[in-house]
Amino acid sequence: MRTTRIGSGAGFSGDRIEPAEDLLRRAGLADLVLECLGERTVAQAQQRRLADPSLGYERRLPARFTRLLPLAAAHGVRVITNMGAANPLAAGRVTVSIMDSLGLRGRVAVVTGDDVLPVLDLDAPAWETGRPLREHGEIVSANAYLGADALLPALAADVVLTGRVADPSLFLAPLADRLGWDLADVPLAAAGTLVGHLLECAGQLTGGYFADPGFQDVPDLAELGFPYADVAADGTAAFGKLPGTGGLLSRATVREQLLYEITDPAAYLTPDVTLDVRGVRVTDDVRVSGARGAARPDTLKVSVGYRAGSKVEAEISYVGPNAAARGALAADIVARRLAGMPVRAEVLGGETDCRLRVAAIGHDGSLLDRVADEVESLYTNGPAGGGGFRAHVTEVIGIASTTIPRAATHPEVTFLEAPDAAA
Amino acid sequence: MLLHELAHCRAGDKGNTATLSVFPRADADYALLARVLTAERVRAHLAEFVAGEVVRHELPDLCALHFVCHEIVDGGVTTSLALDTHGKSVSSRLLALEIQ
Repeated sequence: MRTTRIGSGAGFSGDRIEPAEDLLRRAGLADLVLECLGERTVAQAQQRRLADPSLGYERRLPARFTRLLPLAAAHGVRVITNMGAANPLAAGRVTVSIMDSLGLRGRVAVVTGDDVLPVLDLDAPAWETGRPLREHGEIVSANAYLGADALLPALAADVVLTGRVADPSLFLAPLADRLGWDLADVPLAAAGTLVGHLLECAGQLTGGYFADPGFQDVPDLAELGFPYADVAADGTAAFGKLPGTGGLLSRATVREQLLYEITDPAAYLTPDVTLDVRGVRVTDDVRVSGARGAARPDTLKVSVGYRAGSKVEAEISYVGPNAAARGALAADIVARRLAGMPVRAEVLGGETDCRLRVAAIGHDGSLLDRVADEVESLYTNGPAGGGGFRAHVTEVIGIASTTIPRAATHPEVTFLEAPDAAA
Repeated sequence: MLLHELAHCRAGDKGNTATLSVFPRADADYALLARVLTAERVRAHLAEFVAGEVVRHELPDLCALHFVCHEIVDGGVTTSLALDTHGKSVSSRLLALEIQ
C-alpha cells in the first residue's frame, strides 16, 4: 500500500530548530510541517503589521528558513508552515529573498483569506462571554481557521506559507495530496486529522512534556528528536523519531497528546471533519488507528484579538526562618495600600523560601505603575529581608472566539518564484 | 497514596475551559481509577481553580479518563492574572489527590 512520511519540525513559535534540521537530513521525508502560530501570536503579529506593513509574519521565520531551506532543497522535502502569521504575502516575499541569497531555486506559495476582520459581524456574541465582540475592546484582528481545502491548490510549491489555518489541516492537506485522498471522504479526513493533531506539537509527542524523574524517565531531553509519521493510503499511521535522538515515543506519550486540548472526544471540531477519537487504538509500537468522523461543520472558528490594556506583575522574595509569615505580611501591606484596586496578590513557594507576586490588568498606566511601586517600596517599608524585586508591564491582547459561515471566506493562493524574476 | 503513584496526567486549555487527561501507569488500574476518580472528586480537589462544571469522559479503549473543567478561575490565557496563565500545572495539582 502507498505510504508517505511527514515530519513535524516545530510545535510553537519558540521551538528548537536543530530537530527539524535532523529530520530534513536523515528522515527521508516527503513533507515537513512547522506549526508556529498560537492564538495570541497572530494578534501580536497583526499589531506589528499595523506598525509596519512589511512586517507581521513570524519573527523567527528568517532564522528558521535560513537554516532549514537549504536542507529541504537538498533532500527534496516540501515545507509547509503557518509562519505567514498576520502577513503571509510579506512572509512569501521574505522567503524568496532568503532563497535568493542562499542560491536556492524554487516555488513559494502563499495562502491568504484567513483575515476576516473586514467582513466579521462585531455584534455577534463571543463564545467565552456571550457578550457582543465589539464590547470587549478595540478589535485588532480577526482570523478564521481555514481548512485543508484552502491549502490544496498551494501544494504545487516547494514552500507553502499560510496565516491562520487549523493546525491539523497543515498536515491533512499534504497527506491528501500525497495519498490521493478526497477531502470529502470522511473516514480518511478523520484519519489524517488525527495524524495532524498528534504531530502538531512536535516534541510533545516524543516526550518533550512528559518527564517526571523516577516515575516517567525520558532520555536525553537536551537532544530531543521530533516525530514523523508513516501514513498509509488507508489512513493508518506508524509514528517514529530518528535513531540516536533523545526523547521517548511511547503509548503513554501518544495517548497524552491524543486527548490534548480536546473538549469533546466524540466531536472535535475542525474545518475538515468532526473528529471522534473515542475508538482510537494506540499500540505499544505506536501505531495508531480507529479515528472516526462526521461531516465538517458549515462554519469556521474565528479568533478575534482585542486590546485588553496592560498587565503589571511585581514580585519580591523572602527566605530563611519565618519567611512565609513575612511574605504574608508583605501581601497584607500591599493589599491595604492598594485597597479598592482589582489586584491579585499571592505568596508563592514554601515556608523558608517564598515570593510575593502582585498582578493587575487595566487600561490606566499610572495605576499599573502604582502597583509596581507599592511592591518595590516594601524594600524600606515592609518586612525584614525582602529582596529580588522585579516588575514588568506588558501590553495584553485578549482573545475572543466566534464563528463565520464558511461561504463568507475566500481563500486564495499566490505563487512566487525564486530567483525573483522582478529583482 | 497519591494519584501520582498510579497515574500520569496532561492538562490542555481552550479559552476558559481546561482539559485534564488521566492515564493509569498500568492498564489494570483503569477500573480502580474509574471508580474513585469521579467528576465530583476532581471538582472538589480543584475547587480553588475550577468554578464551573466538571464533565468526565470515560475512554476505556484508550485506558483514559478525560475531565473537561469549565470556568477556570482566573482563566483565559491572555487576560489571566495567574502566574501559569495557561493552567498547564493544574495537571500536577490533580496528581496530588489522595486515593485509597
